[in-house]
Amino acid sequence: MNLKISALQFIREVKSGNISVEDFIARTMEQIQNVDGTLHAFLSLNDKAVDQARAIDKKIKSGEKIGQCYGMPISIKDNICIKDTKTTCASKMLENFIAPYDATVITKLKQQDAIFVGKVNLDEFAMGLTTEFSAYGPSKNPWNTDYVPGGSSGGSAVSVRAFECVASLGSDTGGSVRNPASFCSTVGYKPTYGLISRYGLISYANSIEQIGPLTRTVEDAAFMLNLLAGLDPNDNTTVDNNNEDYLKNIDSGIEGKKIGIITEMIGEGIAPSVLSATKDAISKLEGLGAICEEISLDMVKYSVAAYYTITATEAGSNLARYDNLRYGYDFSVEGYEFNSYVEKARKKLGPEVTRRMILGGFVPSAGHAGKYFLKALKVKSKLTRQIDDAFRKFDLLISPTVPVLPFKFGEKIHDPVALFLVDINTITANLTGKPAISIPYAMSNGLPIGIQLIANSMNDKLLLQAAYALEKTVKLPEVPV
Amino acid sequence: MTKIGLEIHCQLTKLESKLFCSCKANYREFEPNTNICPICMGLPGSLPRLNQKAVEKATMIAMALNCHTPEKIVFFRKNYFYPDLPKNFQITQLNIYGDTSVGGAGTLMVGEKKIHITRIQLEEDPGRLIYEGSSEKNQITLVDYNRAGTPLVEIVTEPDFENPKEVREFLNILSDLLENLGVSDPSLEGAMRADANVSIEGGNKVEIKNIGSFYDLEKAVHFEITRQQSLHSRDIPIIQETRHWDDKRKITVSSRSKEEDLDYRYFLEGDIPWVRIGDEVKEKLKSEMPESISSKKQRYISKYNIPPQVADVLSSDKFYSDLFEESHTKENAKEVANIITTDLMGMVDTREKRESSKLKAYHLKEIADSIQSGKIARNSAKNALYEIVKTGKNLVDVISKLDLGNISDESELLKIIESVIVEEPQAVEQAKSNPQTINYLVGKVMKKTNGKADPKLTLDLLQKKIL
Repeated sequence: MNLKISALQFIREVKSGNISVEDFIARTMEQIQNVDGTLHAFLSLNDKAVDQARAIDKKIKSGEKIGQCYGMPISIKDNICIKDTKTTCASKMLENFIAPYDATVITKLKQQDAIFVGKVNLDEFAMGLTTEFSAYGPSKNPWNTDYVPGGSSGGSAVSVRAFECVASLGSDTGGSVRNPASFCSTVGYKPTYGLISRYGLISYANSIEQIGPLTRTVEDAAFMLNLLAGLDPNDNTTVDNNNEDYLKNIDSGIEGKKIGIITEMIGEGIAPSVLSATKDAISKLEGLGAICEEISLDMVKYSVAAYYTITATEAGSNLARYDNLRYGYDFSVEGYEFNSYVEKARKKLGPEVTRRMILGGFVPSAGHAGKYFLKALKVKSKLTRQIDDAFRKFDLLISPTVPVLPFKFGEKIHDPVALFLVDINTITANLTGKPAISIPYAMSNGLPIGIQLIANSMNDKLLLQAAYALEKTVKLPEVPV
Repeated sequence: MTKIGLEIHCQLTKLESKLFCSCKANYREFEPNTNICPICMGLPGSLPRLNQKAVEKATMIAMALNCHTPEKIVFFRKNYFYPDLPKNFQITQLNIYGDTSVGGAGTLMVGEKKIHITRIQLEEDPGRLIYEGSSEKNQITLVDYNRAGTPLVEIVTEPDFENPKEVREFLNILSDLLENLGVSDPSLEGAMRADANVSIEGGNKVEIKNIGSFYDLEKAVHFEITRQQSLHSRDIPIIQETRHWDDKRKITVSSRSKEEDLDYRYFLEGDIPWVRIGDEVKEKLKSEMPESISSKKQRYISKYNIPPQVADVLSSDKFYSDLFEESHTKENAKEVANIITTDLMGMVDTREKRESSKLKAYHLKEIADSIQSGKIARNSAKNALYEIVKTGKNLVDVISKLDLGNISDESELLKIIESVIVEEPQAVEQAKSNPQTINYLVGKVMKKTNGKADPKLTLDLLQKKIL
C-alpha cells in the first residue's frame, strides 16, 4: 500500500473502494513504529486509531453518511486539546494534563471523520524553531537526521514528510508552521488571523498566533481550510468567511497578478542557495504571467525585536497560570511551606520558556514599558501600515520562508539572538495578521528550501491559488525514509 | 480637610451567566467548585467569550450615573499572582491609554452635594479563599472557584467625601439606584463591596481594603480618620500605605504587603476584540432603563399627593415601590403608600422576611380598598396584613378567620349603642346640649367592639337615638 499520497488522493482512493481505511491506518501506525524511533515526531499515539478506522469502513459499507475526511490520518501538535488526551505542550509542567474538552478544530475534524493518529512534538509551549526546546527531546529532520526539522511545529512537519500521517495541524506564532514546513519540505500555511478558531489551542502569544495545516500539497491545505475556517462562538476573534470554498478555482493561475519581492527579506544574511532559489521562483512566477518587482518594507528591520518583545509580554501573562499550584503539582498532599513553594514554582519550565517569561516580566513593567513594550507595539502598527500600503500596489508578496538552510542540532541553540533572526521572514505575517504560506521549492546539498507567499487579510483564496500555481512548477526528489 | 474616595465593586447578580462563560452568575447556591468550566477555570487553551448582556448592564449603570460612555470599549489584563485567580491575571478595563472603559466622568447627587465618578469598569470577579482550622498552626486555605468570572462593575469616585456620614449616604443612594436599575441585588452577601481612600489635611493617602460590609466601611473610615488625626496632632508622619480592616478588633491594620509596589503589567486582552456601543445601542438601553428613583418620587408627590417623606421612602426601595406600582389605583394610592410605609416596612425589614413573605400586590389593593369603603378598620387592617404576610390567604378569609370585619349590621350595632346609653347617662345628657361631645360615646362603642364598629354607621345611629 502506498502511504505517499496526498489527502485528496487518499479520499478519492477510499471513496472508490481501492483502499480500506483500516488498512491505511494500520499501515500508517506501522510506519510510525518503523521510523519514529529515529525521527521522534510523536509524543503520544492514539491506540484506538485502527478501531476507529474499522468503524469508518463499516459506515462506508453500510452507506451511512460519512464526513469529508473519510478516516484520513492526521497528527495534531501537542498544544491543541483533544478531549481525554494528554496535551503536554512538550513541557514537564503539563506532563499530566489531560484536556477535558476538544479544541474547536478537533470538534470540526471529528465531525468530518478524521482519525487522529497521535500528538506531535514541538518546542516547549511553541517557543523555539528547532524542537530542541521540547522537554521530551527533539524531532529529527527526515532529510538528514543530523539536522533540525525546524519548529516549533517540528513534529507536525516531520510526521507529514515521513508519511506518519497525511496531514497535520500546527500553530504559527512567528513562523512555527512555515519554518518546519520549509525545513522538511511540506506545505505550511498560516491563515489570516481569525480565520481558524484558536479555542483549545494553548496560548503562547494569543494576539498573533493561528492554527494552520501542514500538508503535502497546496490543494490539501485548501481542503483543510475548508473544514476549519469560519466563525466560532468560542473564539471572539474569529471572522466570518461566508463559507468560502478555497478549493474551487484553485487552478485559476496568477496571470497579471502583481507580486512584490520584499527587499529586507532577501538581503543581508541570506544563504546563497536560498537566494538563488528565490530568484528562480520569481522567474517562474513571471513565466506564469505575474509581474514581480521589489518593495522595501523598512520596518521589517525592527520586526524581530518587536516580535520578541510582544510575544514575551503575552507569554508572561498566558503562562502565568503554570505555577505548580494548578499544574505540575508535585508537593505532598499535606500542603507545603510557602518559601519552598515559591522556590519550586516555575522549576518545571524549560530554559527557553523561562527566558521568555523573565523577559515578559520585564519589558511591559511600569518602568520599562515605554522603552520596550509600547515601542514594540508602535513597530507593529507601523509595519502593518507599511504592508497595507504595499497591498494597495501588490496582490501578493514573496520571500524565502527562512533565509538560511536547515542547520545542525546544537548549532544555534546556545545563541538565542542568532536563533531569533531565523524568524525574520516569517514574523511579519504574524505581526500584521496576514495569511502566508510556505511551499517546498528546491533542495540544496540534500536540504529543503521553502518559498513564502504573503497575501492581504482575507485574501487566503488568492494566496492558495498563487501557491498552487508555483507548486506546479516544482519537481523535488523523494525523501529518504 | 478630610478627603475620602471610594472604590465600589458591584456584582451584576441579575445576569444569567458569568462574564466569559455560561456558568451561572448566581454562584451562591452551588457546592464548592461545581459552578465551573474550562473557561472560568482558565484551563489551557480556553478563551473568554464575552457576555454581551454584561456589557449592556454595565453601560446602563454608567448612563444612570451620568457618565460619559465611549463608543468603543476594550479589555485589559491585570497580571498578578493569587490563588483565587485561575489565570493569574484578571480581565478588566483601564483608561490610561484613552477612555476605553464602559464609563467615566459621572456624577451622583447626595442631597445637595455632587459626588464625582471617576470611572466605571467591567471586570471578572476572582474565586474565593476559605480559611479553615482553629489555630494559626493548623490553618488551611481552601479555594472555591464558583465565583470566578462573575461579572463585576467597579465604580471609582473622586475623593469628594468629607466624613463617614456622606460615605454612608452615598452608598445607600448608590445601592438603591443599582437595585432599581435591575442589575444587582445589593443585599446578597458579597454583592457589593467597597474599598476606601482616606487622607487628612492634604496628607498622604491611605487605602483601606478588606471591608466586609457598608456598615463596616463607615466604621473603618471613621477609625482611619481618627487614627490619622491622632498621628497628625503628635506630628507623626502619615505613611502612604494599604491597610486592612480587622473585622474582629474593628481597627485598620497596616497590611505590610508590597501591594502598592505591585506592577500589574497591564496590556490589551487580545482575545476580546473592541466592543462597539453605538448611539443606537445606547438609545435602546435608555428605553429599557427603569424610571429613576428621583423621577418616581416626584411622580408620587405630584400625581397622588403623597407626602414627600413617604414618597422618598417608598421610591428608593425597589421592593416597596414595585409593590406600590402594582397595587395602587388613582383612588387608593395614598392609602397603599400609607400601609406600606407605616405597617409593612416593619413586618418585612430583613431580606429573609421579604423572601418568605406571602404578600402579593392584589392583597394590598384589597386591604386599601376595604379601609376606604369602611369594611375594615385601620387597626384591624394591620392585623390582617400581618396574617397575609405569613400565610398569603385572601383578605376575606383572613377577616372571617380572625373576626376582623367591621360591625355594620344595624340591629347588632343598635344593641351595643343602647347598652352604652344606659351605662353613660351623663355623657348622653351632655351630648344633647353639646352635639360635639357625641364622639365620646362613639369611642365607647368602638371600645366595646374592639374597634370593629363601622365608625360612620355608629355615629349615624347615635345621632338618631339621642338627638
